[in-house]
Amino acid sequence: MAHSETATAAAPAILNEVKPAELPRPALINNHRDFAWITDKICGILEEKTPTWWWWCFAAACFVASFTVAGIIYLVATGIGVWGHRSPVNWAWDIVNFVFWIGIGHAGTLISAILCLLRQKWRTSINRAAEAMTIFAVVCAGIFPVFHVGRVWYAWFLFPIPNYNQIWQNFRSPLEWDVFAVSTYGTVSVLFWYVGLIPDLATLRDRFAAAGKRLRARIYGFFAMGWRGSNRHWSNYEMAYLILAGIATPLVLSVHTVVSFDFAVSLIPGWHTTIFPPYFVAGAIFSGFGMVLTLMLPLRAIYKLEDLVTQYHIDCMCKIALATGTMVGYAYAMEFFIAWYGANPYEGFTFINRAFGPYAWAYWTMITCNVITPQFFWFKKVRQNTAMVWILSIFINVGMWFERFVIIATSLTRDFLPSSWGYYSPSIVEIFTFFGTFGVFSVLFLLFIRFLPIMPMAELKAVSPQADPHAGHEHH
Amino acid sequence: MSTQPYGLIAMYDTPADIMHAAEQVRDAGYKFWDVIAPFPLHGLDRAMGIRRSRVPRISILGGITGFTTGMSLIYWVGAVHYRVTIGGKPFFSPLFAFPVSYELTILFTAFATIGGMFLLNKLPMHYHPVMKHPTIDRGSNDRFFLVIETRDPRFNPANTRALLETSGGREIAELEA
Repeated sequence: MAHSETATAAAPAILNEVKPAELPRPALINNHRDFAWITDKICGILEEKTPTWWWWCFAAACFVASFTVAGIIYLVATGIGVWGHRSPVNWAWDIVNFVFWIGIGHAGTLISAILCLLRQKWRTSINRAAEAMTIFAVVCAGIFPVFHVGRVWYAWFLFPIPNYNQIWQNFRSPLEWDVFAVSTYGTVSVLFWYVGLIPDLATLRDRFAAAGKRLRARIYGFFAMGWRGSNRHWSNYEMAYLILAGIATPLVLSVHTVVSFDFAVSLIPGWHTTIFPPYFVAGAIFSGFGMVLTLMLPLRAIYKLEDLVTQYHIDCMCKIALATGTMVGYAYAMEFFIAWYGANPYEGFTFINRAFGPYAWAYWTMITCNVITPQFFWFKKVRQNTAMVWILSIFINVGMWFERFVIIATSLTRDFLPSSWGYYSPSIVEIFTFFGTFGVFSVLFLLFIRFLPIMPMAELKAVSPQADPHAGHEHH
Repeated sequence: MSTQPYGLIAMYDTPADIMHAAEQVRDAGYKFWDVIAPFPLHGLDRAMGIRRSRVPRISILGGITGFTTGMSLIYWVGAVHYRVTIGGKPFFSPLFAFPVSYELTILFTAFATIGGMFLLNKLPMHYHPVMKHPTIDRGSNDRFFLVIETRDPRFNPANTRALLETSGGREIAELEA
């Protein structure tokens, strides 16, 4: 005891002597906005009259989404042969698109869960929209495996539900693990998102009730579950939120690990590698941050949210994209090294074929977009140029789609038997179905920004400077 | 039912005000009282004397149930109910059963955590005396409220009102039950 007392008493004297520099902490909310301003700003977005641009975007998104609907109807009515699959390429764009969309979702969970555990307070401004992105991305991802089963009305065979054949799923297969991983991921993402929404729905309920809009107050009130901001409730709520963050972290890492097992557990050259799980997780977070930037920058500009999504937030997102993009680049290099060092002729051929074979165009597109693009984020000038960041984020999205395409197409079109080698190109139905998922995603996201608060108001208030009860009090 | 009011409510403007008021009410020995805040205020739990949340106890039960469900499901379908030899592999091994059990652990923990939070908070509860207060909408916006219930053994209309006043509370009002 005595020792620690002298230590604390001695500290200030030393500090006076050495005069340590104050580490400047960038403000998370600019211009000293108060609590009411935050409420008015976020609620104002969904309380105002639906803007014209929203209707135009919504119409365009519905049109694009109709391509998926048309593609699926044609597939179900005709058969799985309408996709361009033929032996040995028995899955191609469907698994590419599935992994692409699931990967995009991962940034949302990273922001809401991992950054929460790491106490990165800047996550608060972007986590609601990023979690919405996760859920909508999982919806888009789910379309592909569900319809790839062919007879979609038997898709429930994926789950261990007793059926008349009395045959169960093969739990030795990573594809069955994937069923559990992805459905758990979707469910937990929705739950996590909803728990975060409850206090904000209560705010909306109170605002609509005060404005005399009874129907809206009732609808939001129903989903707010009677939340009244009691601190005894907040205590349990915060603990529940922390636990959800704690379990969503191993979940998000496991989901893409299991997705990578779909490939890594097989014996195909180019897939059968132990680097796949970390490499897929890094790639997923990279692609997700690309999509978060693609979505948040226009939202910030349209709704003038510069005080809440500051330059510091953009810097942080760019730096994570830079870090994960560089990890992905390292994984590409390491795959080549191991292919050579492992001295397996099939493995070696696969990688030479990837870079210089018939899909070389796709490979170099991938390298350009995923390895070179993020390196621009080293420069502050680039990070401060919002238009530039947005364009680079599009390149990341494109590059990460190509990564999955390269992995799947190059390995499958050159399997062990040269007699069955070929070249895979998608059919028009596949192209339509994939193109349409961007519409599906946009429709859902547009509905989200129209009906739900796009930023967590309660959390933003909690990280704002005036939330500190000791602010302005020198003692304590 | 008695017709006595639910309690007394007072409004506070800043986090510092409500923090000091909560400390005073806690030190005065009240038990049935609460703070309404638009966001979780750092340190308020201690100022109110709230114990650590019991949500984790429910979560761990969910996690154990999930893991057991996964392992026993895969054991039962593979090694008991319908045995199929696939690739000469064993009918059951905890290794291949692990990924699914792992995901179910997380799934059940999530449900238990959220269910536990609702259970401990006694939610959903769409009608509550506090919600009838005319300015309570500020409580989900930018103000803080302190509520002391009449069922508290130390509640006394005059003294409790005086305590709320001296602690800096404004617009003190009675809440009808």
